[in-house]
Amino acid sequence: MSEREYRQASAARGGLLFMHNVPGVALGDRVQIQDHAGRIRNGQVIRSSQEAVLIQVFEGTENLDLERTWVRFLEQPFELALSPEILGRVFNGVGLPRDERPPLISSLKRNVNGAPVNPAARAYPREFVQTGISAIDGLDSLVRGQKLPIFSGSGLPHNRLAAQIVRQAKLPNEEGGFAVVFAAMGVSHTDARMFQEDFESSGVLSKVVMFLNLADDPAIERLILPRAALTAAEYLAFDLDMHVLVIMTDMTHYAEALREVATAKGDVPSRKGYPGYLYSDLAELYERAGRIKGRHGSITLIPVVSMPSDDITHPIPDLTGYITEGQIVLSRDLYNQGVYPPMAVPPSLSRLMKDGVGKEYTRDDHARVANQLYASYARALEVRNLASIIGAEELGEADLAFLKFAENFERNFLGQGEREERSILDTLDLAWRQLSLLPRDALTRVSEADLDKYHTPAARQA
Amino acid sequence: MGEILEINGPIVRVRLPQVLTGEQVRVGELKLTGEVIGREGDDAIVQVYEVSDGLRPGDPVEPMGHPLSVELGPGLLGQIFDGVQRPLYTLYEMSGDHIARGLAVDSLKRDKAWPFEPNAALATGTTILPGSVLGTVQETAHILHHILVPPDTGGTLLELAPAGDYTLEQPIAHIQDAHGHTRKLKLYQRWPVRTPRPYLQRDHASAPLITGQRVLDTFFPLLKGGKAAVPGPFGAGKTVVQHQIARWSNAEIVVFVGCGERGNELVDILDSFPKLTDPHSGRSLMERTVLVANTSNMPVVAREASIYVGVTLAEYFRDQGYDVVMVADSTSRWAEALREVSGRLGQMPVEEGYPAYLGSRLAAFYERAGRVKTLSGKLGSVTLIGAVSPPGGDFSEPVTSHTKEIVQTFWALSKELADARHYPSVDWTESFSGYVGTAATWWTENVDAQWEGLRGIALGLLTQAEELARIVNLVGPEALSPAQRWALEGATLIKEGILQQSALDEIDSYCSPQKQYALLQLLLLIYAQGQKLLLLGVPVQRLLSLPLLARARRYKTLHGNDDLARLNANTLEIQVAFDALRNEYANSGETKK
Repeated sequence: MSEREYRQASAARGGLLFMHNVPGVALGDRVQIQDHAGRIRNGQVIRSSQEAVLIQVFEGTENLDLERTWVRFLEQPFELALSPEILGRVFNGVGLPRDERPPLISSLKRNVNGAPVNPAARAYPREFVQTGISAIDGLDSLVRGQKLPIFSGSGLPHNRLAAQIVRQAKLPNEEGGFAVVFAAMGVSHTDARMFQEDFESSGVLSKVVMFLNLADDPAIERLILPRAALTAAEYLAFDLDMHVLVIMTDMTHYAEALREVATAKGDVPSRKGYPGYLYSDLAELYERAGRIKGRHGSITLIPVVSMPSDDITHPIPDLTGYITEGQIVLSRDLYNQGVYPPMAVPPSLSRLMKDGVGKEYTRDDHARVANQLYASYARALEVRNLASIIGAEELGEADLAFLKFAENFERNFLGQGEREERSILDTLDLAWRQLSLLPRDALTRVSEADLDKYHTPAARQA
Repeated sequence: MGEILEINGPIVRVRLPQVLTGEQVRVGELKLTGEVIGREGDDAIVQVYEVSDGLRPGDPVEPMGHPLSVELGPGLLGQIFDGVQRPLYTLYEMSGDHIARGLAVDSLKRDKAWPFEPNAALATGTTILPGSVLGTVQETAHILHHILVPPDTGGTLLELAPAGDYTLEQPIAHIQDAHGHTRKLKLYQRWPVRTPRPYLQRDHASAPLITGQRVLDTFFPLLKGGKAAVPGPFGAGKTVVQHQIARWSNAEIVVFVGCGERGNELVDILDSFPKLTDPHSGRSLMERTVLVANTSNMPVVAREASIYVGVTLAEYFRDQGYDVVMVADSTSRWAEALREVSGRLGQMPVEEGYPAYLGSRLAAFYERAGRVKTLSGKLGSVTLIGAVSPPGGDFSEPVTSHTKEIVQTFWALSKELADARHYPSVDWTESFSGYVGTAATWWTENVDAQWEGLRGIALGLLTQAEELARIVNLVGPEALSPAQRWALEGATLIKEGILQQSALDEIDSYCSPQKQYALLQLLLLIYAQGQKLLLLGVPVQRLLSLPLLARARRYKTLHGNDDLARLNANTLEIQVAFDALRNEYANSGETKK
């Protein structure tokens, strides 16, 4: 069937366009809509029957008049043109240039929805990525091919942390860093400029593809943007053999756009008005990260989720946490105390760390040290809690040591400069300096051999 | 032939008169597989197992004449299937890294020949009952695959093939059924997944499923043939608990269903299981494992089917007389798939968008667990363990609360424990097991009669400590009496020395029942000895500063399962340490106030 053009839209609301008597339209097909002012909008068929067709319009349905709107069915799915020239370019959500350069011409086009990776084709991610950030490298290591989100709150430095990871991430013993796919959904102009300048100043711009939808851009475009971005990432990773780092910020804006359309469609809401399929929808995005057998490249995914009212049980962070391989949670308390990066240690986790650290990748004691830091810090937080009730002067000597440990751990281990890069060995040595503030008997998560080798109680913090 | 009328995500309305509900259909030019879930006049509602993009009204629809069923026969073990039992390795060969749509493949390999050994007890002319054993195939070094007469077939044996190598399509027996028709039986059979496989009668579950995880086996035991749930918020360690059960439990067959979860978790199993040894049979773990995978990015409708595919495979091995464990990770994703379909059908939602039949579907699924006398007279069992992923960690949500009513063993995972890296994060106040009495009989016969008593003391201590911890948090530890401070320490000792168990530690990952008991005995001995000294007036601070306490926390990793003698020798160390303290105070005359 060839392209067809119609003019009888029967309703337009909430980003959806309803058409009647357009037979035989395929689900998922791309649509172009020309409004009375001649402006072209992009859409996609999301429901189709002999009688009626429902179209989701990425630029929204504001300012549409039903009588003078032309709808063209392109008889093709939503595809993204791909070539090595995408590097260094800036696109919008539907893959059109935003950098005043001509559109990409290529015969290679891929459906932005992708196709599910066969679990039998996946390779297990195990290579330790050094971000140079002690909190992450030491406690919740990132592994190449992992999906590790940053859970944050409004006003917290999640974007600065993401930018620092982009600047510093590398494999300890490997040349060449990551290519970067940057997907911005509903971010402010300021944040977008911060990233852009950061990419420029660190000289990675020629290895970055940006997909931008800013805070004042149409919200529904955010639904297709991460799909386009991940299609580009898959191309770079699995066709061009590159290691790709994908930053997606902010997933909360994505989910809100999804809710907006779901509500307009009349889908049954589950929690907080989000549709029941939010989990599957997010999984379709996040699961595109990973490694594939026999392919050199990889996709490491760092989505940023700003938790509404800092609530980690809100559906967006909650469902994200069920899909991703851990999470880095930022803490407002630590941030207010001037600790950067303000990583909340107890709820943060890296599920793939267990296979990516140790003798082969970092150092033999790494996993045990991380475990010990977690346990000791958890104990220290209990003591701090107690001290706030009964007063620190009432504490015993052992408890006081924990208080001191917590203080030093937060300042010197978690805290570091935004431009400071620490090697993993420096991070581990730093970790032992903190643990040495505690008596040997209090450290039961590390081995006796570790203690003999690294525990030096004489060490005093500056 | 029918035609598509409307496409709404995975739900497609077609015009297809006379099709049965439950029947499989092929939809559209790509021949996507689907299942009829309802009829309205000449129309049928079809749920499509694959992504429905590209389908258009007017496309053809073709009925396949049978309901969703699985192929059961040699070649299941060590395989990974998708949610509708398509072999993923074969799909990988056919369509590469990504799963293409519309691929139709046999679940079991047709070209492979299996060594068949006929059942010597069967003579030509004997009457063959449904479910009886025609012969065996040595499928892996340890697992003997019993070739069964399908449960809906029986008659007079006309011919049984001699020993030799047969492919799945070669007949191995001919029988004449009650209507006089001759039927060919092969090494494999088909069975509809939504129908439980029949058995003679239910039997009492009596033996515990030993998982090698102390907090599960010792504190909240599960029986072979029982049903359990593992609820927990994300990051609480659900997956590790499930993997540990799949690894170490003393079942003969493990069916692991990855339902709406991460792809990499299945890869982890595929990578690690072949290298791990089953502590009970000494063989590679993969030889006893079947994986069913519908990862979270795979189509949602097949997710609903995957649970039934898994449990039917489990029942098939049960019918051969095996103890089977099926682990479903996660039943919440299955329930969400139900919700998505019901929502698209416009059914009235009740709680959080879930349909009204959620509870009854869950109950019917868990009822497929049990220890039974099979049609061939053997005893076999299916143990069901379902993970639950409550949104926001809220256990009062519909899936968790319905599941809690159904299961007998409830391993509640806690975010607080996981945050402190207390793994497995099984919360001893929320968890329960209705099988303790039955399990005690087994422990008495096989380990020690004191098991139930010691378990009770330890749990009591943990509960008491919860209460004391609350007081400490209000007014500080000084408010506690020496006995209470010692109880707090005793509980901590049990938490760190017994409950915490590292899945990554080579020695500690699997803990035999004997070692579990020995550890319990040792740590409670320390507690009891301390109590006695307190009565003699020894200050609690002296007890708390005993170096023995740090060492006791390491007992679990110092001695392996085959090193029980040296583990038990620590009794001496404990006695010596406490005797020394006793003598010190006896001599200095500070005893008794």
